[in-house]
Amino acid sequence: MPAPSWEKDPVLSVEHVTMRFGGLVAVNDLSFAAGRGDITALIGPNGAGKTTVFNCITGFYKPTQGMLRLQHGDGSTHLLERMADFKISATAKVARTFQNIRLFSGMTVLENLLVAQHNPLMIASGMTVLGLIGFPAYKKAEKRSIEKAKYWLDKINLTDRADDPAGDLPYGAQRRLEIARAMCTSPELLCLDEPAAGLNPRESGELNQLLLDIRKTEGTSLLLIEHDMSVVMEISDHVVVLEYGIKISDGTPAEVKADPRVIAAYLGVDDDEVAEVEEALDVVVEEARQ
Amino acid sequence: MELFLQQFINGVTLGSIYGLIAIGYTMVFGIIGMVNFSHGDVFMVSSFIALIFFLVLTTWLGVASVALALLIVMVISMVLTGLMSWTIERVAYRPLRGSFRLAPLISAIGMSIVLSNFIQVAQGPRNKPVPPMVTESIALWERNGFTVSVSYKQLIIIAVTAVLLACFWFLVQKTSLGRAQRACEQDRKMAALLGINVDRTISLTFVMGAALAAVAGTLFLMYYGVVNFSDGFVPGVKAFTAAVLGGIGSLPGAVLGGLLIGLIETFWSGYFSIDYKDVAAFSILAIVLIFMPQGILGRPEVEKV
Amino acid sequence: MSTSAPARPFEPDFAAAAKDAVLSGVIALGIFGPLVGLRTTQNMSNQLIVESHWGLVAIIVGIVAVGRFVLRAFVFPRMAMWKAQPKVESTAEPSFLRRNIKTIGLVFLLFYPVIIVSMLGYQQSIKWVDNFGIQILIYVMLGWGLNIVVGLAGLLDLGYVAFYAVGAYSYALLATHFGLSFWILLPLAGILAAMWGIILGFPVLRLRGDYLAIVTLAFGEIIRLVLINWRELTNGSAGISSIPKVDLFGWITFNVADPNYVGKVFGLANSSAYYKIFLYYLILALALLTAFVTIRLRRMPIGRAWEALREDEVACRSLGINTTNTKLTAFAIGAMFGGFAGSFFAARQGFVSPESFVFLESAVIVAIVVLGGMGSMIGVAIAAVAMIGGTEILRELSFLKVVFGSDFNPDLFRMLIFGLAMVTIMVWKPRGFVGQREPTAFLTERKAVSGSLVQEGHG
Repeated sequence: MPAPSWEKDPVLSVEHVTMRFGGLVAVNDLSFAAGRGDITALIGPNGAGKTTVFNCITGFYKPTQGMLRLQHGDGSTHLLERMADFKISATAKVARTFQNIRLFSGMTVLENLLVAQHNPLMIASGMTVLGLIGFPAYKKAEKRSIEKAKYWLDKINLTDRADDPAGDLPYGAQRRLEIARAMCTSPELLCLDEPAAGLNPRESGELNQLLLDIRKTEGTSLLLIEHDMSVVMEISDHVVVLEYGIKISDGTPAEVKADPRVIAAYLGVDDDEVAEVEEALDVVVEEARQ
Repeated sequence: MELFLQQFINGVTLGSIYGLIAIGYTMVFGIIGMVNFSHGDVFMVSSFIALIFFLVLTTWLGVASVALALLIVMVISMVLTGLMSWTIERVAYRPLRGSFRLAPLISAIGMSIVLSNFIQVAQGPRNKPVPPMVTESIALWERNGFTVSVSYKQLIIIAVTAVLLACFWFLVQKTSLGRAQRACEQDRKMAALLGINVDRTISLTFVMGAALAAVAGTLFLMYYGVVNFSDGFVPGVKAFTAAVLGGIGSLPGAVLGGLLIGLIETFWSGYFSIDYKDVAAFSILAIVLIFMPQGILGRPEVEKV
Repeated sequence: MSTSAPARPFEPDFAAAAKDAVLSGVIALGIFGPLVGLRTTQNMSNQLIVESHWGLVAIIVGIVAVGRFVLRAFVFPRMAMWKAQPKVESTAEPSFLRRNIKTIGLVFLLFYPVIIVSMLGYQQSIKWVDNFGIQILIYVMLGWGLNIVVGLAGLLDLGYVAFYAVGAYSYALLATHFGLSFWILLPLAGILAAMWGIILGFPVLRLRGDYLAIVTLAFGEIIRLVLINWRELTNGSAGISSIPKVDLFGWITFNVADPNYVGKVFGLANSSAYYKIFLYYLILALALLTAFVTIRLRRMPIGRAWEALREDEVACRSLGINTTNTKLTAFAIGAMFGGFAGSFFAARQGFVSPESFVFLESAVIVAIVVLGGMGSMIGVAIAAVAMIGGTEILRELSFLKVVFGSDFNPDLFRMLIFGLAMVTIMVWKPRGFVGQREPTAFLTERKAVSGSLVQEGHG
């Protein structure tokens, strides 16, 4: 079997990451890789430590042990566990969304997208000083950033709501806006924490299209936590399954779907019964072959 | 050594007063998450109520026994201060519950300005000295001409504080009111769904805090023999420091914090410069909030992402 | 007290109102009875005695009871009815006054001294230019400066007066010791205050909410106490006096003895009014500078980052915004304007002492920002006019002495009424006067954001 794409050219390599909260081990010696240009899904039952992994990757937690390496397309490498949280977005180019949407609800949709372009605009404004005295370069940069915002508004179908406060948008639109806002930071890796949660089937389908489009046109690699299996199986190239902070399966969606330990984890089988399930499955698989 | 012992006694006395006020801060913060900025001024007003009734009892009604007068005065002050605090909560804080987070704080700062200026207008801006009420003291230790003594009023303060804290502890831990309070502290909405009258519980929390502040106010008047309309702010901030130091939301913490602040203040005045004793108190407040915001006995707060 | 629910909810319920009135009367008697009715005073031999004033108590209790009755019987049903009616969105253009309030206000401010002088003459104008014009504008400027920290960045700072003090003492000390000009010391005072803003801001960055407020309060008090106790430098409570006046870049001065005294240059009679008018325009210029910079900054990445910080700090960090620097910039720029205002204050008073920088000042400035509606410059200006102008007017109400007797001093009631106004406005409009947020950028149309969506910050 040839090595899978995510091992040949990983954008993110998680190596032996452990996260302890006091006595609780939320993530235990986890290693996996996310391939460049892939959509990687992180799944697992509630409390499996998915969001903890996310928070380690995006810098909100510092892992107790282990290494998180991010490799850009140009070959530069960033060790995320050593970076301040805002630097992970600013220099390592990892963007994220949140499980409970965190928009700037009192600011307009457009302003939300402009805030996301803070760092390039800050440089263009000469750390505020030049912009304050009306330097023309800043004016140009601001125009460009509005163009970029418009481009994303168009993609998420919110152009006509650009001047409304973000808090006034319906739930599905807020989810899309949060993704667009993250994309405005021009990330190498976009981490989505349950992007389909609370969406109806139609919105969920649109989300799939948006994510596939982001990968295709922007070349951004995606890492997502998701409970909605239809989303996971439909769009992801690579699935990593966690349970109790330990990786129990890793592979293509088809491989993972057939992994008896995954089935056990999702159906809630005790550890000692896993062997039985495996045997039973073997029988089923063999019967199917015949 | 003598100075140390003497300052220790003085510090515990002062700390008892701070602890009594601190409980009001800590309970209100625990239950509605608000810094009750006017609490220091409620304490000052209670001291004035005590002063007024002490004068009425001794000069108009001719009550000769100071102990009896003090007891009556303390009870009256507790009742009236509680009533006042109830009214303040009802008028200035309750309408703002669940609204904009800064609104109750600004309202409380406004209330603090109202209380101190009301007393200034109604009772005049001058210091109000009363003749010493309790003068006896016990000499504990004497060496090299330095006497370590504990005065009766210090004993009264420590004893009253201890007894009240015991009653109060019982009230909060063993009665249904205390249980309701702790429930509201955890989750107000859920408590309301379970049939707890949240508004009344919060009102009673304010009243209890004010009653304890009134005890502190009476003891303060007895100890220092003088009170002024501007005496609310600094003891208020120090008591708040005590509440934070002990871990805000924790009742034993408030008392512990009060004692620590009292001791630090008296030792600072005894060994360093009396000029900077308030600077010391404010610095402790800042240092504690910055480096250990959960205090000594409080629970740490975890940021959720 | 809202237990009874009659069939027709908007009908006055007189029985309930009467019950309420009696109850509040009793409560008022309990509270005001001893505190107003029994006044402690010192007799001839300096002993404390109690005087009774039962008449006054009766009046207060009466007012409370009747007031409560009226509220309960008439005002509350009216308000309930008003609330129950479907709100009619006014589609009409806002009135001329509303649309042009900024221009009108600006023109009025520019001509205010001219109007006053032409109405009252130079000598009589001093009071109106100084006590009202300059006094209010100082608070407008302080409010606008603090608005950057509290209103935009959402960091509640209760020790803002410390930076005002740093500015004032910088000017006072450097001008009296080294004889430096105001125009050199003004930027210097701003820089020093901004430095203090960073020094004090740095340790408190991790704090959130009320804790931040209390620590900044503590810092403010520490600075004041150091000013009192460091007598070698600051002359303690006695303060620093004979601080030099401002001049117009050395061309024109306001000291009668100088050869280029304004009166001599223009051939006018000696009057202290010129200096006041000059100071008025100086503080107006400083306040407008503050407004200009704030408006500019709001439309720049740093200003948007402040507001984003107020909305959601975690999201800011996830977007690569350095929240530490962002907060420190807010602290520093807010402090800088406080420092400017402080050095102006020192130059205007000619005297500074720690008395001027008590916590109450910080509370007043915060109140102005919050009452104005956080983040709104117009709101802050309106609040400053209402609160400072309103309480200054009390000083002028000496005719009330006729009503209340000759020992009645309206000045005493100033802060009492200020405090009552703070509570009342908060209860009435918790969002402040202007409950809307102006967006900083738009594609097609600028729509105001309703205050209910705007967050107030966590720090």
